[in-house]
Amino acid sequence: MEPIKFIETKTVVLPRENVDTDQIIPARFLKVTDKKGLGKVLFCDWRYEAGGAPKPDFVLNRPEAAGCRVLVAGDNFGCGSSREHAPWALVDYGFQAVVSTRIADIFRNNALKNGLLPVVLDPESVRKLLAAPGAQVRIDVAAQTVGLPDGSSAKFPIDAFSKYCLLNGVDELGFLLDQEASIAAYEAKRP
Amino acid sequence: MQPKTLFEKVWDAHVVRPETPETPAVLYVDLHLVHEVTSPQAFTLLRERGLKLRRTGRTLATMDHSIPTLPRGADGKWPFIDAMAAAQVAQMEKNCADFGVELHGLGDPAQGVVHVFGPEQGATQPGMTVVCGDSHTATHGAFGALAFGIGTSEVGHVLATQCLLQRRPKTLAVRVDGALGPGLSAKDLILAIVAKLGVGGGTGHVIEYLGPAIRALSMEGRMTLCNMSIEAGARAGMVAPDDVTFQWLAGRPRAPKGAAWEEAVAAWRKLPSDPGARYDREIVLDASALEPMITFGTNPGQGIAVTGKVPDPAAEADRQVRATLEAALRYMALTPGKPIAGQKVDVVFIGSCTNGRLEDMREAARVLKGRRVRIRTLVVPGSHAVKRAAEAEGIDRIVRDAGAEWREPGCSMCIAMNGDRLEPGQYSVSTSNRNFEGRQGPGGRTLLASPLTAAAAAVAGAVADPRRVLEGR
Ligand code: SF4
Repeated sequence: MEPIKFIETKTVVLPRENVDTDQIIPARFLKVTDKKGLGKVLFCDWRYEAGGAPKPDFVLNRPEAAGCRVLVAGDNFGCGSSREHAPWALVDYGFQAVVSTRIADIFRNNALKNGLLPVVLDPESVRKLLAAPGAQVRIDVAAQTVGLPDGSSAKFPIDAFSKYCLLNGVDELGFLLDQEASIAAYEAKRP
Repeated sequence: MQPKTLFEKVWDAHVVRPETPETPAVLYVDLHLVHEVTSPQAFTLLRERGLKLRRTGRTLATMDHSIPTLPRGADGKWPFIDAMAAAQVAQMEKNCADFGVELHGLGDPAQGVVHVFGPEQGATQPGMTVVCGDSHTATHGAFGALAFGIGTSEVGHVLATQCLLQRRPKTLAVRVDGALGPGLSAKDLILAIVAKLGVGGGTGHVIEYLGPAIRALSMEGRMTLCNMSIEAGARAGMVAPDDVTFQWLAGRPRAPKGAAWEEAVAAWRKLPSDPGARYDREIVLDASALEPMITFGTNPGQGIAVTGKVPDPAAEADRQVRATLEAALRYMALTPGKPIAGQKVDVVFIGSCTNGRLEDMREAARVLKGRRVRIRTLVVPGSHAVKRAAEAEGIDRIVRDAGAEWREPGCSMCIAMNGDRLEPGQYSVSTSNRNFEGRQGPGGRTLLASPLTAAAAAVAGAVADPRRVLEGR
């Protein structure tokens, strides 16, 4: 994983609450056995007509969305299933961060393992971002801040370990493998 | 000693390395269930890093999502929806063979939907930690296990280390007083709980279900209840084990036997929360006040009584709440203020890890017996064991005589990956757990309900109060 320290980009705004993983990537695309290329089917049923033509009014299909790397959405983003295909699709499309007032637990865990930054902000800050599609933002992972369009800055929570992994581009598996002695000792104590 | 909750007891017993301000806890996993959709990339990770499966005895696999629910053809081939589904199943067989995972795949007499399969094999036991690359792993909490869904990267972590990195969640007590009335089941209760909490209301929490209405539930009912904890955003739901639990488990293939069984039960009796144990939050419901429930919208929290009316967005003061409701009703093409009963239905689906167990098949049969369905109705047992038991009671005949389809076990129209799906614009009444847009097929519209309510819709061809259908009114 590449280290992530700063994200500087424009936002795409998806002004819906409870964006669930079935919308992020519908289940019929889960028959893959690798993770590549899922960006094509990101938000598939909102993004394309049944025949495959892009729906012109969906946010990702508007010309101004090109190159925007931060997705801002309504409350409770990523609810539903545990499919890691959801962050795989967002990352493959090009997103680096998702901003909401609340992000579902499993989605958040999955996002962090794929270098997609889950950013939970206070309702007022998210309201400002929702009201300003295409705003230029600057996310500072070390400082845990998002620079908002009005020049103010908002803090977001992230646990120390996930932050360390993001800033240094390391993954959790290495840490777990280093615990071998403790794991073996734990197993030895049990029936 | 400080009184502890059920959750705290199970958590504390599985901490390999405690949480610190810098690092999450290393938590040991007793049982890892694996299915074909969320595991291929995890096995790839193991191959890339040259890692082995750490504990074969704690890893158990089946297939359910991508597989057909029609029997093998005359040519001996399974009728897969497409080559990708067949390839995913073949990959699963190869991965399990290469890494030494015990697999109960297609054609195996124990195969079933992973959350039906694990408990009925006796693999899920009180006090365990259970994980699976599937959000409905919450189901196994019905046994007093701490069970939650994980992503595919974490599936790889558990395969390689039998452990996970976890931050300790908060606890939420859901206390249910009173008793469920006739014609109501655990499904109605959990739909009411999710409606009360909202789809994000349980985020960051583990739920413990408490109270007389919970104690009165069968194991099947407790599994239905815990299964949908994730629909309120809670990763896990738990019910303290009791004699109902032990009787259900006794004699199952993987349950302890003889003296080991006695010892296990003695330990399990110590699991329930201590008097005075504290929860971070608590809510209370009265089961006696509930009516059969059904959803009208595009998330599982949008539920109402089957005797109720479709809510009117105009009555919502909050702008965002109103917008969410309007979007849901637009997708569902339902009219605000209209009674939900009488709404035309095109397809009924009875099955899934929420309601695909023997008790659910019996409930459906209670309505279907001696009646005819007016619309396409799929009855899909959750596992081969459920199917065999139901057939031994003649339920398959009741279902077929009513004009409904009796299928092979699998996830089927719960997730519509295998070709069992709605056509655009169709309405279903479904006993599954998610009514998200397109969940049962692009453009499909899902109303979630209990097996009784779903079967009532099948015979009425429309949303109906199952109590009236059973009374013949
Ligand atoms: S039945 Fe539905 S919810 Fe359950 S495991 Fe299968 S797809 Fe998931």
